[in-house]
Amino acid sequence: MEKRKAELQQLINDLLGEAKRQGASAAEAAVSSDAGLSLTVRMGETETIEHTRDNGLGVTVYFGQRKGSASTSDLSPQAIKETVEAACNFARYTSEDPCSGLADADLMATNLPDLQLYHPWKQSVEQAIDLAICCETAARELDPRIINSEGATLNSHNGLQVYGNTHGFIGGYPSSRHSLSCAVVGKQDDSMQRDYWYTLSRQGDQLESPEHVGEVAAQRTIARLKARQIPTQQAPVVFQADVAVGLLRSFIGAIRGSALYRKASFLLDHLGKPIFPAFVEIHEEPHLPMGLASASYDSEGVATHRRDFIRNGVLESYVLDSYAARKLGMQTTGNAGGVRNLRINSGELDRVGLLKKMDRGLLVTELMGQGVNMVTGDYSRGVAGFWVENGVVQYPVEEITIAGNLRDMMLGLQEVGTDLETRSSVQTGSWLIDKMMIAGE
Amino acid sequence: MSDLIQIAQETILAPVGLVEQDLDRMLGELTGSGVDAADLYFQSSRLESWVLEDGIIKEGAHNIEQGAGIRVISGEKTGFAYSDELQLPTLQEAARAARAITRGGADQSVRIAGMPMPKQLYAPINPLPSLSEIEKIDLLRRVDNEARQQDSRVKQVIVSLVGAHDVVLVAAIDGTLNADIRPLIRLNVHVIVEQGSRREQGSSGGGARENFDYFLHEERALGYAREAVRQALVNLEAVDAPAGAMPVVLGPGWPGVLLHEAVGHGLEGDFNRKGTSAFSGRMGEQVAATCCTVVDDGTLPGRRGSLNIDDEGTPSQNTVLIENGILKGYMQDKHNARLMKVDSTGNGRRESYAHLPMPRMTNTYMLPGEHVPEEIIASVDKGLYAVNFGGGQVDITSGRFVFSASEAYLIENGKVTRPVKGATLIGNGPEAMTKVSMVGNDLKLDAGVGVCGKEGQSVPVGVGQPTLKVDELIVGGTEQ
Repeated sequence: MEKRKAELQQLINDLLGEAKRQGASAAEAAVSSDAGLSLTVRMGETETIEHTRDNGLGVTVYFGQRKGSASTSDLSPQAIKETVEAACNFARYTSEDPCSGLADADLMATNLPDLQLYHPWKQSVEQAIDLAICCETAARELDPRIINSEGATLNSHNGLQVYGNTHGFIGGYPSSRHSLSCAVVGKQDDSMQRDYWYTLSRQGDQLESPEHVGEVAAQRTIARLKARQIPTQQAPVVFQADVAVGLLRSFIGAIRGSALYRKASFLLDHLGKPIFPAFVEIHEEPHLPMGLASASYDSEGVATHRRDFIRNGVLESYVLDSYAARKLGMQTTGNAGGVRNLRINSGELDRVGLLKKMDRGLLVTELMGQGVNMVTGDYSRGVAGFWVENGVVQYPVEEITIAGNLRDMMLGLQEVGTDLETRSSVQTGSWLIDKMMIAGE
Repeated sequence: MSDLIQIAQETILAPVGLVEQDLDRMLGELTGSGVDAADLYFQSSRLESWVLEDGIIKEGAHNIEQGAGIRVISGEKTGFAYSDELQLPTLQEAARAARAITRGGADQSVRIAGMPMPKQLYAPINPLPSLSEIEKIDLLRRVDNEARQQDSRVKQVIVSLVGAHDVVLVAAIDGTLNADIRPLIRLNVHVIVEQGSRREQGSSGGGARENFDYFLHEERALGYAREAVRQALVNLEAVDAPAGAMPVVLGPGWPGVLLHEAVGHGLEGDFNRKGTSAFSGRMGEQVAATCCTVVDDGTLPGRRGSLNIDDEGTPSQNTVLIENGILKGYMQDKHNARLMKVDSTGNGRRESYAHLPMPRMTNTYMLPGEHVPEEIIASVDKGLYAVNFGGGQVDITSGRFVFSASEAYLIENGKVTRPVKGATLIGNGPEAMTKVSMVGNDLKLDAGVGVCGKEGQSVPVGVGQPTLKVDELIVGGTEQ
């Protein structure tokens, strides 16, 4: 890996030099090289074995305030030459943009600690197959109502990312990512349902056990059988942690610089204003060792820092890269490429406690469709989940929708559960929201 | 040998010193006992994109994607490896990795041969140089200008122009040797309008397997700008959408995303072979109202979802999925077709050389019925008239599907009245299709912007339908 890293750094340096020679006043480039194994077993037999090997190189050149970009999956010298030329050619035709350019030189990360993101998982293909079979078998044997399977899939990928720019910044680090997932089909009378579960980690030995993944997949599937509709009504809603992640992502999407300068966000001009109840704190922690989104510099080379987005319910910071920051007359927040290990603080209640607090309402475990309007905050999604009475799950529900506005939903957040979803770069417990419109029969 | 095969060989193989005999030899190494099928897929793509925003040409980007995927199938097992390096030793290493799915077996010789080319649905052109850079920029500026001229409430316009030139070459141990050259262009307009403190958006666009001058004909591109603004202004007036079960009239064209989600995915061969689809085992049964005939047609000239051949070298077809409500056919790739003992329907598609092919839709649409659209709307006492949609999604096992309206109106006493805010519609595929009670005579296909995602792979598709009425769908609004 060290040797490959040195090769890729050299490649970036050569390429930046070539861009300069072709007349660019500044340039930046990123290259990634990944290799991995992806295999699926189904009904106890191997179904697919994929050996993956992906390379990617992207370069952006600046001729003053004009910009051109190009990318290639082919890292041959010929393709790289064509790519640099294409980027320089495009920069002849794009417009002068006073906000374009590299991030400011004095913001470049100088401290590049090892964040322990690289943990190759040494196992043979046969061992990996056994693991997946063990997972799927646990799911299929849990209950006779599990009648079919979409299989269990094991992914194990190692990669190397290198980024450099003509400020002289160059950084690179290897990383790994391993996951095991399982999806099965259950049937009772004429109700057929599928559901899945997965585990994900930088370290193979930190994954949940294959048996556990299989059993949870089967339990989730069984729990959905014989789902029904409920009448149209207004009611409180609990978003289970894995789907509450999507709400947190919508919030981040609305305070992203690109949405703000385009006026394409329902949270325009909300800096310093309360947008959540006072108990809510949301921050990112980019330097977490082994974190799924950890990095000491962002995709422009800017040093990353721990950052509060929400304190006491008040919006403290936008999510900015240097371009959006210039458009808004602000300073980049080191978020080119997104937020890194975002977390909302949890209250005291676990999921059971949250349902008790809700008393009567809807527990949402699956969201369908793209019905989120980021300009207006209008929210309308298909859902599946469970109806709750007296704080206890009564029966599964499906073929219903929930609707509201994200601004009201965020202000209507009553409690965040302790049941933290940790398989995501955006982490949260379940959310209890005071009321939403449910459309059903 | 067809011209396409020759061009593909010159584009992909010749620069790296590979000849057709190398493919024969590599395929020979992939054969042996236990191997039912194996193929090589070579691809060389160039993609170009331009973005106008804030009235200036903000981005211009170029992308190269090139490589080969090697697949070996034994029974239900598939081994797959790929490489972006097209050197023989690298390809042989990838072949060995894919071949490891079966043990043992001796190499056999394979002789591939070009097949007669079906009718060409699009010219083997490279759209990227079909307009000069100056002309492309001028096109973007004119679209921007057209949008801003429509109304002073237009505050932001984003226009993107994308073109791709995709050359593919497929060779398989069954003797298949085929190639395709696939142009693909797309133009999108997104606008934001503002009135007082209220902001809304609208978007429109189109595309085809053509040269860029397609957008200049019939003022197509300017039409997209006008349409995006019109939608956004309608949304400024929209009131809260209703909530609950009600009759829904869907407009012609893009609302055909209903068919894509409600029946299309559920009729893909892989899910039905595995028995995980709500439509599994229902061939020959009534799965929709008798007024419904739905086809998947990859043979429409110039269409975004059309293909001369699929990614396994099979010519695309017009496949009847549902005829007068009766389930007639699934969409198949070679692998699932072999296991289900039927023929491939030319629906074996993959996002790129780095992805495995699977059964995918091409252009999926419903044939026209006999009602005039006005008659259909007049038949509804209280319901929703939805004419534009964002995306959709389906759970093929339970049959539940959603699609999200971006432009919709209330129907009251047989008349279209007020516009309502976007809302998600939800239904159950096999059930919803039996509730289609009226089909219009105004079949329209979408403008050519569809992208379908399945198991992480995206491919361009088309949809279409006439105006139609579903007697009951759940509308996910906020007004009880």
